[in-house]
Amino acid sequence: MFQPTKFIAAGALAIFASTGIGLSAQSDITVAMQLEPPHLDPTSAAAGAIDSVLYSNVFEGLTRFASDGSVTAGLAESWDISGDGTVYTFKLRSGVKFHDGTSMDANDVKFSLDRAKAEDSTNAQKALFSGITDVSVVDNSTVKISLDKPNGSFLFNLAWGDAVIVAPESIEGIKNNPVGTGAFTFQNWVQGDRIELSRNSDYWGDKPALENVTFKFISDPTAAFAAVMAQDVDVFTSFPAPENLPQFEADPRFQVLEGSTEGETILSTNNKMPPLDNVKVRKAIAHAIDRQAIIDGAMFGYGTPIGTHFAPHNPDYVDLTGNSNYDPELSKKLLAEAGFSEGFTTTLKLPPPSYARRGGEIIASQLRAVGIETEISNLEWAQWLEQVFRGKDYGLTIVSHTEPMDIGIYARPDYYFQYDNPEFQSLMTELNGTTEPGKRSSMLQKAQRMISNDYVNGYLFELAYTTVANAKVRGLWKNAPTQATDLTGVSWAD
Amino acid sequence: MLRYFLNRAISLMISLCLASVIIFTIVEIAPGDPASFMLGINAQEDTIAALRAELGLDQDKLSRYFSWISGMVQGDFGTSYTYRSPISNMIADRIWVSLPLALYALVISTLIAFPAGIYAATQRGKAGDVAVMGATQFGIAIPNFWFAMILVVIFALKLRWFSAGGFVEWENGIFQSIKSLTLPAIALALPQASILSRVMRSALIETLSEDYIRTARAKGFGKRAVIWRHALRNALIPVLTIIGLQFSFLLAGAIIIEQVFFLPGLGRLVFQAITQRDLIVVESVVMLLVFAVITVNFIVDIAYAIVDPRLRRRV
Repeated sequence: MFQPTKFIAAGALAIFASTGIGLSAQSDITVAMQLEPPHLDPTSAAAGAIDSVLYSNVFEGLTRFASDGSVTAGLAESWDISGDGTVYTFKLRSGVKFHDGTSMDANDVKFSLDRAKAEDSTNAQKALFSGITDVSVVDNSTVKISLDKPNGSFLFNLAWGDAVIVAPESIEGIKNNPVGTGAFTFQNWVQGDRIELSRNSDYWGDKPALENVTFKFISDPTAAFAAVMAQDVDVFTSFPAPENLPQFEADPRFQVLEGSTEGETILSTNNKMPPLDNVKVRKAIAHAIDRQAIIDGAMFGYGTPIGTHFAPHNPDYVDLTGNSNYDPELSKKLLAEAGFSEGFTTTLKLPPPSYARRGGEIIASQLRAVGIETEISNLEWAQWLEQVFRGKDYGLTIVSHTEPMDIGIYARPDYYFQYDNPEFQSLMTELNGTTEPGKRSSMLQKAQRMISNDYVNGYLFELAYTTVANAKVRGLWKNAPTQATDLTGVSWAD
Repeated sequence: MLRYFLNRAISLMISLCLASVIIFTIVEIAPGDPASFMLGINAQEDTIAALRAELGLDQDKLSRYFSWISGMVQGDFGTSYTYRSPISNMIADRIWVSLPLALYALVISTLIAFPAGIYAATQRGKAGDVAVMGATQFGIAIPNFWFAMILVVIFALKLRWFSAGGFVEWENGIFQSIKSLTLPAIALALPQASILSRVMRSALIETLSEDYIRTARAKGFGKRAVIWRHALRNALIPVLTIIGLQFSFLLAGAIIIEQVFFLPGLGRLVFQAITQRDLIVVESVVMLLVFAVITVNFIVDIAYAIVDPRLRRRV
């Protein structure tokens, strides 16, 4: 807010200070991204922007995602799993302190998990915690978590940003003043503009190289381009204008990192709406789509084709793109067999991201080529959630499913695809009860084949994660296995 | 004068009441539930219900309307659904970007428009007039967001005189802050200056053909003295109207410019709030802007009465 007295003194100071900017050591960084977090509590909202700023930097969980997507130890240094797979005993690291100076112990873990699964919980991923029957404090550094049935992905679930450990002492103000255990402490949030973090000198792990971090929020793609070009920002994650990337690649001042995300971008299909309830029709749609044309046209070449709902960088991924290769003649034949030689008309409802809006136009023309007419309507996210996701009032839509390892959504018959296959559902139940890696692997592969063969959705491409940065910045994550901008390992080259 | 003032004040109150009903209704009718938007696609039904209860969205619309209005009368705009902080604080922070930006743009626009308009009027039909009119035609035709991008390319990327956007807070130096608002203010001011100089020109030309101007000239006053002493003051009424309208437009219409220069102003707040379905923020900020527009018009009405004494009697 405006304070005249402070203002004049600060004004005089700033004139002196501004001359010194170029001389400061390179331990500060400005990271820009498109979306600003709505608030700063990762445990009560779905907004990925919250994790993009705070995950691993400010908040940590019992386990965590590493840059390759694997799950490693976080605040828990080790764990034991009971023989039947229903009891997890976590040994916590010692000497971990929250940023307000209170110590992090077993009671905080119990508090955090109980809060997430409580009846009045507003955790956006409450389902992650639904199997927990009891969290008990064994001693200050030991927590025992009991599950109702074995859950092979439990350690994975605990690595989510929605499962970070928070403290009862600071929970009240968490939305505007987040207090975690991470390598950076929260300093300041100028809403609409930036969030500032600074190095946590009491951090339990390796101290980060960076001293001060500023996250800046620039939503307009043209403004994003200008801010990077003018070097107002050092890093721009998920750069919103792929058409400008070649320009940065050619400029020695910058580096462009091209990695992948957990975002399966799919042509979601309403499996209960005629004629899309006919597998032949869905197969025809799949063969009518030229993925490369969409990647080139909508994403300027950034993106990896997929043939099922799984991230290609995952070791268990099966390349099933051949199952739905681009073949308009086959597509027409299939439509004729299904009784639609004259084609049909359906709706194509597009949410705001450019992959959907640009991709939608291309898909519409590809479908028209085999006789399928689409009525395109552009929706805001809130409308999309209401009409498409909750109301299931749609034929086709395009959306990127960014949650990691989310093939389990196909086991939910009330999910907006309305895919109801008991065989798949029992496979997922079996998978949840399996902890042995080899068996899990083959089950996941079977699941990928099943949905690909049923042509549940049109599988388009894995969303790319492109970061533009100053050429001297080291240690940035290339991939985005979860929505995070982990700066703990980032530094400046001399 | 008092009757005129009261009359205007009553119409101001009625406009505000009507506006509040219209804004509330439109925003509430628009599809999209804030709670399900915030919790995303993996949220469970009971979680959404819990959040709706926490936000007070489970109450009926009429009682929400009245608690909104009664809070606003006491200066309490409520609490943002997404940010969970008091809206009055958020507005107070943002207004120190938007208000100076609007004033800055208005000053630039007036500084360009007055001399340009007066010059064109005195040069009526001559080359100078044609040049000014051509330039203003151009200024009106250029979309200001495009002009803003061109300014960024020239002054931020090529010449590096300014940063490409962002706002330096007032606490960090008044000159730095003004500098960071300069490109956006110029971008906003250009079309306004063009409109204003045209209005200035035609208003002045009209008064210059009045009988009393001829009388003044006949009395031996020089051309310049007549313009300054007699014509300009009488030409100001339409110009004041436009300035009043422009100020409200500059305050409310900076949304796109604030996006292009990523300034944390009111426009950006509304823009974010709309996409996040932060209904109460949208309602409150729009209401505030309506209040600003209506108040500015009210002030302009009063200013007419001061400039033109005849209006005081003619109610």
